[in-house]
Amino acid sequence: MPNSLQSNHISSRFDQDLQNVLSNVLSMGGIAEEQLLNAIEALVNSDVGLATEVVEKEIQVNTQEVKIDQECTQILARRQPAARDLRLLMAIIKTITDLERIGDEAQKIAKRSIDLTEKEGGPRAYYISIKAMGHLVSSMLHDALDAFARMDSKSALQVANKEPESDDQYSAIMRQLITYMMEDARNISGALDAVWVIRALERIGDHARNICEYVIYFVEGKDVRHISLDQIEKEVINKNK
Amino acid sequence: MQQNKTNTLEVDETGEEAVNDNIDSTPTHAINLGNIVDSSGERVTLADEKIAIEVSDFNLFYGDKQALKSINMTIPEKKVTAFIGPSGCGKSTLLRCFNRMNDLIDSVSVNGQIKIDDRDIFDKTINVAELRRRVGMVFQKPNPFPKSIYENVAYGLRIQGVNDRRTLDAVVEKSLKGAALWDEVKDRLDDLAMGLSGGQQQRLVIARAIAIEPEIILLDEPASALDPISTLKIEELIYELKEKFTIVIVTHNMQQAARVSDYTAYMYLGELVEFNDTSTLFTNPNEKMTEDYITGRYG
Repeated sequence: MPNSLQSNHISSRFDQDLQNVLSNVLSMGGIAEEQLLNAIEALVNSDVGLATEVVEKEIQVNTQEVKIDQECTQILARRQPAARDLRLLMAIIKTITDLERIGDEAQKIAKRSIDLTEKEGGPRAYYISIKAMGHLVSSMLHDALDAFARMDSKSALQVANKEPESDDQYSAIMRQLITYMMEDARNISGALDAVWVIRALERIGDHARNICEYVIYFVEGKDVRHISLDQIEKEVINKNK
Repeated sequence: MQQNKTNTLEVDETGEEAVNDNIDSTPTHAINLGNIVDSSGERVTLADEKIAIEVSDFNLFYGDKQALKSINMTIPEKKVTAFIGPSGCGKSTLLRCFNRMNDLIDSVSVNGQIKIDDRDIFDKTINVAELRRRVGMVFQKPNPFPKSIYENVAYGLRIQGVNDRRTLDAVVEKSLKGAALWDEVKDRLDDLAMGLSGGQQQRLVIARAIAIEPEIILLDEPASALDPISTLKIEELIYELKEKFTIVIVTHNMQQAARVSDYTAYMYLGELVEFNDTSTLFTNPNEKMTEDYITGRYG
């Protein structure tokens, strides 16, 4: 248990409840992360079996979201948490929404990869770049979940700082795909599928950043959504001076 | 940063149009709203408030034992200020200082200042009876006099020598309305106050307190002996009373402090640990001690 999550409530059942929710969030995050990695893998290796698995497994993420939501509602109703506990629950409730979206995006990638595999003549030449972007985004998600598990605002900030990189990769691949489409109109269908994939990856990067913002909110008590990275940095660093 | 994309792209999975629309737009890194959304900037802060009570370097001793340790705080006018803290932290003691109720205890000695209207209330020239008229108090257990409902409310005025029936009638009605009790008792004003329910008695006592038009009302655990519905009625009343009066409330019920107050003071072992606006204190307190107390980690 990290320092910032010290559980020493007078009511040990309250500690227990919070612990349970937290470990459920982390396991939900684990599933979302696995889904993403498998979806990328399925695309790059044209593995329809794995892609189908990802599509079918998506429901698990949804179920977890509903379950954690209920647990949070119970805690709010029974414990009326305040201060740090309240911020923790807010962060959890928001985090699972983003995780659920990440699950959706991973499923989209898997569906596209099935389409692309069936089309055979997909834009295979670009898979290397897509794979690289996928790795960047999945490492962001991994680190975001790690920051969440340790409630570490500094490493959350580092993850948030990576987000522009994924945006840059998105634009670069997009330009390549446009060129590819212009070469031959027959390429368009497959290229569009690839566009959807990188779009989904870019979105997942956004969601990972959101999770980091909730971590910063929990630790620093400051809402850093919709502000620039520089300002977030100031918030985190000023508070820690 | 998602807003600008959501419209075009999250709508469906096959919208090629949407993709074309967005092809040239590099995803922006962050929406820069120009400033950090800092709630304190929008809220009225303590510094902007008019001051009703100013406590500076105030110490209080019961015999040798120090019960309040150099307290400094300013209580804003026409707002609700709540004192919270574990038993024995000095919150009731401090509250009682504001109308010098502690004078009644022989062993009490004080030093430092409490100013109301820029006058030190411990100054020898202060008329204590007048101070207590200006600073009313309501206790944990309702303490109506063994008189009629009417006479309970009229009591303060009668002491002041007001006996004109019309004036009294008007004040009794106004005060009972102010205490949200009028509709329940208007047909039985001559009944004994003891026949009212606990919640009604407490509101009667509040009516008695506001009848003499104080500036400040001190509430010492006003709802702790009441059921939840009566408690909510008292809380609703507190919210209305702050239009006209400065309210200071001591409560053991933290949710109550969170619900009714504008400012909250957390005290521990005779010291003021944190004085903050209530929304900050209950979401992001400055002091770890405050946080431990309000999240139930105390002890």
